[in-house]
Amino acid sequence: MSEWQAIPERVAPANTIGAVGWLRSNLFGSWRDAALTLIALYLIYNLLEVAIGWGFINATFSGSDRAACLKETQGACWAFIDAKFGQFIYGRYLEAERWRVDLVMAALVLGLVPLLIPRAPFKRVNVLLMILVFPPFAFFLLVGGWFGLAEVPTADWGGLLVTLVVAITGIALSLPLGILLALGRRSDMPIVQSLCVGFIEIFRGVPLITVLFMASVMLPLFLPDGVNFDKLLRCLIGVTLFSAAYMAEVVRGGLQAIARGQYEAAAALGLGFWKTTALITMPQALKIVIPGIVNTFIGLFKDTTLVLIIGLFDLLGIIQFNFTDATWATPETHITGYVFAAAMFWVFCFAMSRYSIFMENRLATGHETRNAK
Amino acid sequence: MTETLTPPNSPMISMTQVNKWFGTFHVLRDINLRVTEGEKIVICGPSGSGKSTLIRCINQLEHHQEGDIEIEGKPISPDATDMEVIRRDVGMVFQQFNLFPHMSVLENCTLAPQWVRGIGQAEAEKRARHFLERVRIPDQADKFPGQLSGGQQQRVAIARALCMQPRIMLFDEPTSALDPEMIKEVLDVMVELANDGMTMICVTHEMGFAREVADRIIFMDEGQIVEENTPTEFFENPANERTRLFLSQIFQH
Repeated sequence: MSEWQAIPERVAPANTIGAVGWLRSNLFGSWRDAALTLIALYLIYNLLEVAIGWGFINATFSGSDRAACLKETQGACWAFIDAKFGQFIYGRYLEAERWRVDLVMAALVLGLVPLLIPRAPFKRVNVLLMILVFPPFAFFLLVGGWFGLAEVPTADWGGLLVTLVVAITGIALSLPLGILLALGRRSDMPIVQSLCVGFIEIFRGVPLITVLFMASVMLPLFLPDGVNFDKLLRCLIGVTLFSAAYMAEVVRGGLQAIARGQYEAAAALGLGFWKTTALITMPQALKIVIPGIVNTFIGLFKDTTLVLIIGLFDLLGIIQFNFTDATWATPETHITGYVFAAAMFWVFCFAMSRYSIFMENRLATGHETRNAK
Repeated sequence: MTETLTPPNSPMISMTQVNKWFGTFHVLRDINLRVTEGEKIVICGPSGSGKSTLIRCINQLEHHQEGDIEIEGKPISPDATDMEVIRRDVGMVFQQFNLFPHMSVLENCTLAPQWVRGIGQAEAEKRARHFLERVRIPDQADKFPGQLSGGQQQRVAIARALCMQPRIMLFDEPTSALDPEMIKEVLDVMVELANDGMTMICVTHEMGFAREVADRIIFMDEGQIVEENTPTEFFENPANERTRLFLSQIFQH
């Protein structure tokens, strides 16, 4: 019997590793790949040339009226954004009181950022603060009318403030509500189940504009005289219920993916329904559907632009409203305003998207097929 | 036949005339079974014979429609409100392990003692590490189930069940999903558990294990208990023709 000998390790061929290897395998693998790479580079170059020329080289960054933005080869009229920036962020919120909005936003960032960083300490305190303290704090400060603060009616709110108020309230409330609806839809109790199915199917089967319109115009007709509640509040309820219906189906999708063995193992250990849900099935289901949840959040964030229909001026609404200002009537005003709005929305949505991918990878425990990218 | 098959008076588990149907399919037929404390029972039989369903009725993962099941004298039924209390004392190990993939091995073992028995975290971790030691994987405590081999996962599943300090352990084909090389490491743990005096009911096709640890072997076919016998008698002198056929088939190779 011959003796077995291990073959010594050898280095991989030089053109398959390092930068050269990467270029070969990703960009210039074959003649066809090389041609496509070159065509793509040419297209990217042309696009960048146009974008940089319009957005920077030929753009106007400062000025007090339309005269600044009427050059022969005029690019973006950023001076318009600069002049209207306050309105875009706060709407018609009284200028002297805008520090209150700033304070709330600062508190939000201070409370949210450590919550989103997994390694940051005091998670429990942090969560309690954000759930119990922040909402009333933000409410009283923004609305005013207490402690000598001037009242700012919600009709005066606008711009990014309205966008964020609607989006954040919708996001924060639609997830828990969606989870309850998903559990209800899977329930064995016929009445609970049919109520949840009915709710989900009605809100999912109706356009958001209809929901907002009903909340704004129809609802007051059914309320007794004198009972009237805030338009923004009605809009918040409408958006939340609408998103919750979508969220419920996303969460249910996750629950459907949990193997029966997980329920059986939990039952065999003596765990009841609520403990099984909270500790075993829901955490797994939510992790599976992170992409779907964030999808719904992003959809909701962009759908906030529809509140214009009931006379609330969100970021996009207030930008469009300012197009009517004759002081800034130039051929580039519209496109500049829309590009600015698009960029603002994109920044928020992209941030949510990246954070969700970060969480997906962080929560991976070795049984997933591949990393999120 | 010198060994006695008559169990003492107060059985740990007693099943009397238990019947169960899946829809119209009669899956368990007139099952009568007594298991006393410390007894090791092995249930075998062809697939679809109702072995798994039988042990799943004991902790009511499946509900029986007729007959009585008692655990330590307490009758159990589908609508028993204290089913969760009874399940605490009945550990179960599944063919597919069913570990919780989003938790570390240690968390898998501490979860139920903390949330069901209400013991503190430190105590639960101490207990978990003790049982992980016993199933010989103390060094894997901080890994996730997805990072372990099948044999290791099944041993974690055994440790997880033991952490509840059950009075009875049910094994539902614990080695059927494992590679041949890993079967032994799981069976070794089960043999040790048996030697420690745990009351065990095992559905398994591992006849070597059955011969070594079983007090009684139960052979099932078509939802019935065909034969109930001591290992020696069962293998060397089976009473029933159906048993003989089954044994000749599994020992063919």
